[in-house]
Amino acid sequence: MSSITGVSVGDGLSDPSDGPDPGAGASTGTTGDRVFGGLAMGAGLLVVVVVALVGIFLLAQAIPAIGKDQINFLTSREWNAAGQRFGIAQLLWTTVVSSVVALLLAVPFSVGIALFLTHYAPAWLSRIGAVLIDLLAAVPSIVYGIWGIYVVAPKFTHVQNFLQDWLGWIPLFKAVPGVTGGATILMVSVVLAVMILPIITALSREVFAQTPVTHKEGALALGATRWEMIRTAVLPFGRPGVISASMLGLGRALGETVAVLFILTALPGGQRFTASLMNGGATFASQIAGDAPENQNNADAMGALIAAGLVLFILTFIVNAIARVIVERRREFSE
Amino acid sequence: MGKRIDVKDLNVFYGDFKAVEDVTMTIEPRSITAFIGPSGCGKSTFLRTLNRMHEVIPGGRVEGSVRLDDQDLYAPGVDAVGVRRTVGMVFQRPNPFPTMSIRDNVTAGLRLNGVKGKKLLEEKTEQSLRGANLWNEVKDRLGKPGAGLSGGQQQRLCIARAIAVEPQVLLMDEPCSALDPISTLAIEDLVTELKDRYTIVIVTHNMQQASRVSDKTAFFNLAATGKPGRLIEMNDTQKIFNNPEVSATEDYISGRFG
Repeated sequence: MSSITGVSVGDGLSDPSDGPDPGAGASTGTTGDRVFGGLAMGAGLLVVVVVALVGIFLLAQAIPAIGKDQINFLTSREWNAAGQRFGIAQLLWTTVVSSVVALLLAVPFSVGIALFLTHYAPAWLSRIGAVLIDLLAAVPSIVYGIWGIYVVAPKFTHVQNFLQDWLGWIPLFKAVPGVTGGATILMVSVVLAVMILPIITALSREVFAQTPVTHKEGALALGATRWEMIRTAVLPFGRPGVISASMLGLGRALGETVAVLFILTALPGGQRFTASLMNGGATFASQIAGDAPENQNNADAMGALIAAGLVLFILTFIVNAIARVIVERRREFSE
Repeated sequence: MGKRIDVKDLNVFYGDFKAVEDVTMTIEPRSITAFIGPSGCGKSTFLRTLNRMHEVIPGGRVEGSVRLDDQDLYAPGVDAVGVRRTVGMVFQRPNPFPTMSIRDNVTAGLRLNGVKGKKLLEEKTEQSLRGANLWNEVKDRLGKPGAGLSGGQQQRLCIARAIAVEPQVLLMDEPCSALDPISTLAIEDLVTELKDRYTIVIVTHNMQQASRVSDKTAFFNLAATGKPGRLIEMNDTQKIFNNPEVSATEDYISGRFG
């Protein structure tokens, strides 16, 4: 299981790198030590070299294209790969909003399912549930995406229409002319939520299940009910893990390509900006996937797409950094 | 404060396994009672039935009765949650809530009970920490994590947490087994002070500890591995250690087995 964001579920748990490394003073003199040490160092260096080369390649491709950009790369909302007009503002907006809404939809469900499996379900159901969720998490997310598109989305259209009709006065749910029923950012968010639900659930279940018995008994002995025990002992213990799991899910949502490409309506050029979730558009990934095939021989267009990819890379890096800050900030409070 | 505990014909089961058999005893209010006996003799299991913590383990159930003054802890309609608010517990390993500050650890039980008001909680914090002989050591860092204290301080923090809700009875399951001798002494002093206000039951593997702190001592034993544990003898601590009535008790405290 790879992670775009590089956050791992183990982050919140006690970290062996805290305090002195007990192996630091051990002898490294035998042949085995030298061979393994060399291999480990080589592997570590290889990662650095590969990342550096990829970065240099991306920058080398992207910079000339941005240099020929007819409009402002960062602030313009227009993206026309063939016409040398590369503005990422709308892409950035759509990418972030669709992923964040997906996360907001998925996390409460995931945490609920994980808590049910670890603390409410009878033992037999909990065991079966754990295996099933791990299995589901291993299925490529596009499989859920397809299910989301063909099964969930048509049904969800009704919910969306309801929101549009009754809550349309909130800018977030305002109907956007020219964008029909199922082709909206909101729909993408729902499908993305379905896609990232299993992985967040699986990882959350894992951390909740690791809550030390002593913490739980401490709460129960004070006269806590089951929910109070969960609130006092389980959720605080699992919080960093849930954050890490959410960031993994967010990473998947940010980078998701095909499902978004299938669903979202392309926006007509020159449309005014709207904050509505009922808008169409494209995300970085779906724009790249949509444009790349037609522009393979256009070095500038490809360069611009690579620049867009770089922004996506930086975005996930920032998300990762924020997650780390959240997890680190209260580290002294988590053993 | 401090109520009498009356246990009558108590059997404890985990599923089909009978862990403790036929215990009858009376624990006097505002006294310290020590449970001693070899590992696996059911003393900790029995202790847990006094605040229904054994029910946390799947399949845990009892037959017989436990009364706190005139209240039957196992009567239908009695909620285990309510029992545990009256009968507090301190565990073998100090278990302050790691994500909470020292202050929040102390008031955790109060806040669960719906006690509100910053001033009231502050008073309770100081009162409980003083009660646990910890106030002077932590008064300047109440906002720091409880897990940052030393083992002995953590255990006293757990005691402060338990007494903050003003229970009638305090159960202690080998509270010093993870502590060094100096911290152990601090806890023993504290337990002796707490006797004035609470009924205290302490499980210990440390025979000197039992003889130092307790008024009464109960010796538990089991016939063989896989057999249920039984109460062999209970009497004044002086009597148990100097002149026990049952030879198995004498064998155990003189170190001939266990």
